[in-house]
Amino acid sequence: MSQDFRLESVGLVNRDKKLSFKFNGKKYFGYEGDTLASALLANGVHLVGRSFKYHRPRGFFGAGVDEPYAIVQLYRNNETEPNIKATEQELFEGLEAKSVNCWPSVNFDIGAINNFLKIFLPAGFYYKTFMWPKSFWYRIYEPFIRKAAGLGVASTKHDKERYEHKYEYCDLLIAGSGPSGLSSAYAAAKNGAKVILAEDKPRFGGSLLTDDVNIGNQSGKDWAEGIVAELKTMPNVVVKNRSQIFGYYDHNMLVMSEKVSDHLPKTKKYHPNKRLWYIRAKEVLISSGSIERPIVFGNNDTPGVMLSSAAKEYLKVYGVLVGKNPLIFTNNDSGYETAIEFQKHGVQPTVLDSRKNPESEIIDEAKSLGINIKNSYVVVAAQGYKKVKSADVASISDDKKQLGKIENIKCDCICVSGFWTPSIHLASQSGNKTKFKEEIDAFVPGISKQQETTLGAANGVFSLEETLQTSFAKGGELSKKITDNDNKVSIPNVVEKKSSKHDKFWCVPLPAGKNYKRFLDFQNDVAVSDIEIALREGYRSIEHVKRYTTLGMATDQGKTSNLNGLQLVSEIENKVVPAVGHTTFRPPYTPISIGAIVGREVGKHSKPTRKSPMHAWHEKNNAVFVDAGVWLRPRYYKRGNENLFEGSKREAKNVRTNVGVCDVTTLGKIDIKGPDAAELLNRVYTNAWLKLPVGKARYGVMLREDGIVMDDGTTTRISENHYHMTTTTAQAANVLSHLEYYLQLVWPELNVNVVSATEQWAGAAIAGPKSRVVLQKLFPNLDVSNEGLPFMGYMEGDLFGVKARIFRISFSGELAYEVNVESDYGNFMWEKIMEVGEEYEIQPYGTEALSTLRIEMGHVAGSELDGRTIPYDNSLEGLVSKKKDFIGKRSLQRSAFTAKDRQKIVGVVPLDKKTSIPEGSHLVKDDKAPLPNPKLGHISASCWSVEYDNPFSLAILKDGKNMIGEKLFAMSPLKNKVIPVEIVSSHYVDPKGERVRS
Amino acid sequence: MLYIKCPHCGMRPQIEFSYGGDASVKRPELNKEISDKEWDDFVYNRKSLRGKHLELWQHISGCRQWIKVERDTATHEIFKTFKADEEVV
Ligand SMILES: [Zn+2]
Repeated sequence: MSQDFRLESVGLVNRDKKLSFKFNGKKYFGYEGDTLASALLANGVHLVGRSFKYHRPRGFFGAGVDEPYAIVQLYRNNETEPNIKATEQELFEGLEAKSVNCWPSVNFDIGAINNFLKIFLPAGFYYKTFMWPKSFWYRIYEPFIRKAAGLGVASTKHDKERYEHKYEYCDLLIAGSGPSGLSSAYAAAKNGAKVILAEDKPRFGGSLLTDDVNIGNQSGKDWAEGIVAELKTMPNVVVKNRSQIFGYYDHNMLVMSEKVSDHLPKTKKYHPNKRLWYIRAKEVLISSGSIERPIVFGNNDTPGVMLSSAAKEYLKVYGVLVGKNPLIFTNNDSGYETAIEFQKHGVQPTVLDSRKNPESEIIDEAKSLGINIKNSYVVVAAQGYKKVKSADVASISDDKKQLGKIENIKCDCICVSGFWTPSIHLASQSGNKTKFKEEIDAFVPGISKQQETTLGAANGVFSLEETLQTSFAKGGELSKKITDNDNKVSIPNVVEKKSSKHDKFWCVPLPAGKNYKRFLDFQNDVAVSDIEIALREGYRSIEHVKRYTTLGMATDQGKTSNLNGLQLVSEIENKVVPAVGHTTFRPPYTPISIGAIVGREVGKHSKPTRKSPMHAWHEKNNAVFVDAGVWLRPRYYKRGNENLFEGSKREAKNVRTNVGVCDVTTLGKIDIKGPDAAELLNRVYTNAWLKLPVGKARYGVMLREDGIVMDDGTTTRISENHYHMTTTTAQAANVLSHLEYYLQLVWPELNVNVVSATEQWAGAAIAGPKSRVVLQKLFPNLDVSNEGLPFMGYMEGDLFGVKARIFRISFSGELAYEVNVESDYGNFMWEKIMEVGEEYEIQPYGTEALSTLRIEMGHVAGSELDGRTIPYDNSLEGLVSKKKDFIGKRSLQRSAFTAKDRQKIVGVVPLDKKTSIPEGSHLVKDDKAPLPNPKLGHISASCWSVEYDNPFSLAILKDGKNMIGEKLFAMSPLKNKVIPVEIVSSHYVDPKGERVRS
Repeated sequence: MLYIKCPHCGMRPQIEFSYGGDASVKRPELNKEISDKEWDDFVYNRKSLRGKHLELWQHISGCRQWIKVERDTATHEIFKTFKADEEVV
């Protein structure tokens, strides 16, 4: 198909590079440098989608970020992405896109029936629908809306693209590369400030690319190119295109999304798809420009109706005519600029100006070119369904209330200009309370809240000369404050045409007897009548009107609709616009890919992975790993076809009969030194610590101030003023912060230092009746007999030339030792243990066997110390000192904690001795009781007892102390199980604790 | 993301810190008899202030020091930061 609407040798696209693309399955051609929108318009395609609610045909309204309609589903490199603005998506070879919001096709859309059943979707439709019979919602409305609504579909595949995050600091961050952004960037850069200049479009220059102006004896466009080229050579300047600053957060941090690869058919190797920049700037200059506003008239959503600035941009940047018989409808001089461009390129436009007799240089030029101008004339309604075919126009009275006789004039597009709205989003996000500027009928930033300055059109300044002057000055002034340099830059002279005042006119009245839809919000299909309904129904606050009607709530955030909405409310309410106020701007300014926000923290990278020094050995020996916090720990070591159950049972059994070795490197370790170390321990643990001798370990429990158990572990006195504390794997970081809190803030008088030593030591637990002989083989020169190294004893040794710490402590309940060496020797230690243990049938065991061993011994772990239990609940009340005070002790007096029937840990065995009880099951008295069945307790941990060869669980049970021998039911609705059980002691194996002392 | 001045390390982004609550709360002395009310006030009862608030933060990914930060809870403005043992003025 030929590009019938493309002008020869006009615009900035690369004519040497022709690109083919598909839209709704049909093949077209465009050029490198096109957007999908400009390429489609070059091919005469105006129908791109259907509207959200009424499924009316929709075309292109803008040429950039403000586009409310032209949203497509994009296909790129075997992936698909929804919610892509055709006006922003750059063309690449092989691009494919499809319309959204239409079914079965954009040309024949069943949903368009909504358009004729308008009553079905009035303002507040979503809320009113909820009032209808509930049963209808799920069966009829919800599926219907789901099918009808939406801006495309998200891919269900894993996103293979890579997204990066980057943190940056700078002196001046400048948002926008139009005349004001370039001027301030240049002045600041010349002063040696670190500058980041961000432009959301592929091309720098903003309005200079389309405006007919002259700066320093060059065209605006050439001047911009020169400045950008020079900035790029400066080492203190970062110049970024395709980069949207979308959020202004606290303490002058802004976030920018850089589209690195979206303009390419495929992301280059080692490149990200997008890069999210977190920028902390000393000063922010907001030069985000302005967006043209529409004038509201009948059927103003018909494809072919678009902003006059967009028509000019398509012509000047892309060499594309949006129509060959254009009608221009304006209330200010901007419409004339577009008309002049049409005229210069051989297309005769007609201009309708709502003003009576405006006079200006621009208008004079239009007149001298012979352009047909009708004053005090308006478009009453666009005619045509899928494309504008003509316009009903009429003269309008001076008070803008009376229309003259309606005439119909042929045209193929209507370019609208209702004056300009400054883009104040970033300033507003920063906390700036905006103010209404009467002369331009729009809000502009007020007093700066953070270190931000808004310049140029974004500040309501529409004169190029003034913009350049203020921007050069501000860039120089702010950078001088930071760098102390004062390199004066001369401001170039400017030639621009003077314009006249705009007409405060924004909505064409309905002609008698006509009921045209006049849209305010094009993306959400909010018409003038919807706002009228909302106000009639009593909504007053603009925030409420917004939510009720969905005005400005679409993905374009009302960039083209907000102000007209406010005008309407103020008119009906008979208030001035500033009294109505505008709704709050919130980031992001424009939709941002979730992938970019997530960055690289996906899948395995969502958290760091920590591995013990013995990890490679575990891998080599068929360990099946499990996540334990951020650590990877062997769950069991698979032999042959063993499953988890079989493998862990074998390993646990071997510990009970022979000897096993477990990697316990992950346990938190805190090194504590200082003359007051014992005093600190005495205050943070519930039991007594002042008399622990050197060379002894003690088990301790620490509480939070609210009496809940925080953590448990053993602490060993290495020497007079030196202790080695262990914590659970999960709580290691919290315990360290906890100790630091008390040392730094509560008891600064204590002379103690604490430091994490978790990474410094590798640990191996050697457990089982044969562990002593293995230890003896490892340390032949030490006396490791029951007398030489008794239970809870500690000694240092030499492990084949490596310094080792030996603790006689046990988690498995067997005779056991824990050997620590410096991490670098961890693997050496492990291999030695395996080597000397071979003749005693040593086997490594993983976390599953470790759990089994501790559960059947009734030793508590994280599943019992779950942030809801006190020492009594875990049968640890014997460790709670009655004599001394400690953290959290006062809370243990709370009535709930001292209740007679307080919960307590118990053992649970299924009556059939066969059925494993799912963890989390509830214990109830009567399995047939009506719901909610009163819960007496819950199963905290379950295992298969290797000692008795039947299932065994631990539970926290109400009045557990007096429940031993009771028969209850364990119910798991999740697993659909009801298991009759008996309550037994939590100490299922070796209740007297003889083995650990043997 | 806030930008917090650690009195030991200088300006650092919020991700290096963890929040520690109201800095004006004083732990009752050990071994001192106190009423249930006093203890509840210490453990649980906090004012949810709007405005200037003295709070604790720990520079966990830096010097690991607990610091005091005077911050406006509504605007996030940080007025001043103090070392743990520094007098708040
Ligand atoms: Zn610090």
